[in-house]
Amino acid sequence: MLSINELRASIEGKEILKGINLEVKPGEVHAIMGPNGSGKSTLASVLSGREDYEVTGGSVTFDGKDLLELAAEERAAEGIFLAFQYPVEIPGVTTINFLKTAVNEIRKYKGENPLDAAQFLKMVREKAKLVSMNDSLLKRALNEGFSGGEKKRNEIFQMAVLEPKLAILDETDSGLDIDALRIVAEGVNSLRSPDRSAIVVTHYQRLLDYIVPDFVHVLYKGRIVKSGPKELALELEEKGYDWIKAEVEEVG
Amino acid sequence: MSTETIDLKTKLLADFQVRESLMNGEASSAFHQKKRAAIHRFEELGFPTVRNEEWKYSNVKELISESYHFNADSSLQLADLQDLRIPEQVANILYFVNGQYKPELSSIVSSTEKIIIDSLQNAYKQNPELVNRYFNELTDESEAFTALNTAFTLDGLFIHVPDNQVVEQPVILRFISDAREENVASQPRNIIVVGKNAQVKVAEAFRTLGEQRSFTNAVTEIFVERDAHVEYYKVQNESENAYHIGTTQVNMKDKSHFYAGTVTLNGKFTRNNLNIALDGEYCDAHMYGLYFPDGSQHVDNHTIADHRKPNSESNELYKGILRDKSKGVFNGKIFVREDAQKTNAFQSCKNIVLSTEASMNTKPQLEIFADDVKCSHGTTTGQIDEEALFYMRSRGISKNEAMSLLMYAFCADVISQIKIDSIREYLENVIAEKLSKK
Ligand SMILES: Nc1ncnc2c1ncn2[C@@H]1O[C@H](COP(=O)(O)OP(=O)(O)O)[C@@H](O)[C@H]1O
Ligand SMILES: [Mg+2]
Repeated sequence: MLSINELRASIEGKEILKGINLEVKPGEVHAIMGPNGSGKSTLASVLSGREDYEVTGGSVTFDGKDLLELAAEERAAEGIFLAFQYPVEIPGVTTINFLKTAVNEIRKYKGENPLDAAQFLKMVREKAKLVSMNDSLLKRALNEGFSGGEKKRNEIFQMAVLEPKLAILDETDSGLDIDALRIVAEGVNSLRSPDRSAIVVTHYQRLLDYIVPDFVHVLYKGRIVKSGPKELALELEEKGYDWIKAEVEEVG
Repeated sequence: MSTETIDLKTKLLADFQVRESLMNGEASSAFHQKKRAAIHRFEELGFPTVRNEEWKYSNVKELISESYHFNADSSLQLADLQDLRIPEQVANILYFVNGQYKPELSSIVSSTEKIIIDSLQNAYKQNPELVNRYFNELTDESEAFTALNTAFTLDGLFIHVPDNQVVEQPVILRFISDAREENVASQPRNIIVVGKNAQVKVAEAFRTLGEQRSFTNAVTEIFVERDAHVEYYKVQNESENAYHIGTTQVNMKDKSHFYAGTVTLNGKFTRNNLNIALDGEYCDAHMYGLYFPDGSQHVDNHTIADHRKPNSESNELYKGILRDKSKGVFNGKIFVREDAQKTNAFQSCKNIVLSTEASMNTKPQLEIFADDVKCSHGTTTGQIDEEALFYMRSRGISKNEAMSLLMYAFCADVISQIKIDSIREYLENVIAEKLSKK
């Protein structure tokens, strides 16, 4: 589904990603962990098409297409979704209106007819229930004045509505209490299917208790320096990153 | 100064002489004496140049470089106005074409106990004393265009809402410049008198037909008596060859409320002066503005909130989106006179400039002579929020659609202030259309 090859990217002349290799097959969940500043958010941004980053090398294919050739909105229409680490507040645009525009723009891209108001509302109500998203939030300006938890929940709600093939969650768990965490995880799990995949960026093992990954990768200084089964997350939780840093320095 | 500028001025002065010579006895009326004083003032002042501080960023040289047919007759029919669509609404609708009142196109639905609505010309014929009591009582003597309008006042609207009357149906004035055949000019003069504890909503909508030049020099005087509530909107959707100078002069008495909404959608050159005297205690004045110049359009909004008495509030929000090589000017004056203690005055002007060749010039000007006041002002000029744009695109919304959504959102709080439904719906549609243009 997603194949990342020797991906290099920089911002303002500073190289952040220094040759990433990652293969995500349909139905798989990959966790990416690593210390702050490793480049996790950069990877997520580059995959979703943020133009601030310059890709200086490597390739990314998604469902056989050259992902790096596509604009951000085209990637979304192809089925990539990024749950932002810091969701943006947009005054004057309601969540519901925003999502309706998004849904219908994606349908247009796929050559489908737009949903009418009734169909859209019905679908949205179901998804809102799934992530316990309060109706009143939907009518408010997008993320404006939302609490940290509400913003994260809104990300998962949008994901549930857009039903992406590949969801990239960038620290969606940070700042959430255990109940909110469970709701977020349920939202993600409800989307799990043999043809949908996810990349879950997190600092904490606890999210992975709920969203059980197939693989865990450690990103450090712009490279994936270690990969392993889900147990690797437990080991990182216990021992921290120093041993990995030491391993990397040794290899040099 | 170019020879053409002298030409238009000289021509206007000569026109005045001719008109006056044809007047017979009416020339001695108090009404005409005001006009005569105004033509002398115009003669002294001449058209403003950029050396005049108030006109520093708005050059009228091009406007006065050609000649115009003033108050030209027009055979315009309602059918010619199809594309000037404003959604239907039960309202008092008055049409003026090239400055002439068109009763056959107009309809007045409110009862005469509630409101006197008439053309200025008819109202003057019926009751010269009443009209003269208000005519040119609020205007600014130093403004050449206002003096010119006064000197040539021919027609416009006269509204008188008696004390305690609440007028449900809005009054919508449609000023059409029919420039299909030649350069045309009009100088509408409107007088709106709203009695004690009375309420009314008035909108002025300006449109142009045809490709020739139009020049509109409009003046509106609004008298807001104590406890009255007045909403006043001005919508300019004119042609690429339309020049518009408009002045609205407002006087508010105790505990009155006044709302102004000024929306400039299109026009080659637009200058709006909105001057509000808070001439009573416990009044509140609200000024909202929106402008969307593109191409080489020029939009200049000058506003004054003149706090003359204590305990009043003024509140102002102007927003603009500028494209291409357009230019915007905002000058907002707040005066707080020595007596006007406990004044609250707020002013904000926010702009999005979408092109490196477009420019916005903002100048807040506060002159405060009282000590116990709350005043704030702020202006911002920026680009579209890139973070917001990426967020929307990452959800599948195309760049253009995301831009227009963000721009619409930027204007939404001003649009929602327009409380005449048909005008607001019209603006919602036209603005959404305009913003989706690449
Ligand atoms: N817009 C930016 N401008 C300059 N440097 C940046 C920018 N965004 C990220 N970086 C740098 O890139 C590195 C990786 O950041 P990031 O991808 O956010 O890491 P992580 O998500 O793993 O904490 C950091 O050193 C950070 O300072
Ligand atoms: Mg990060």
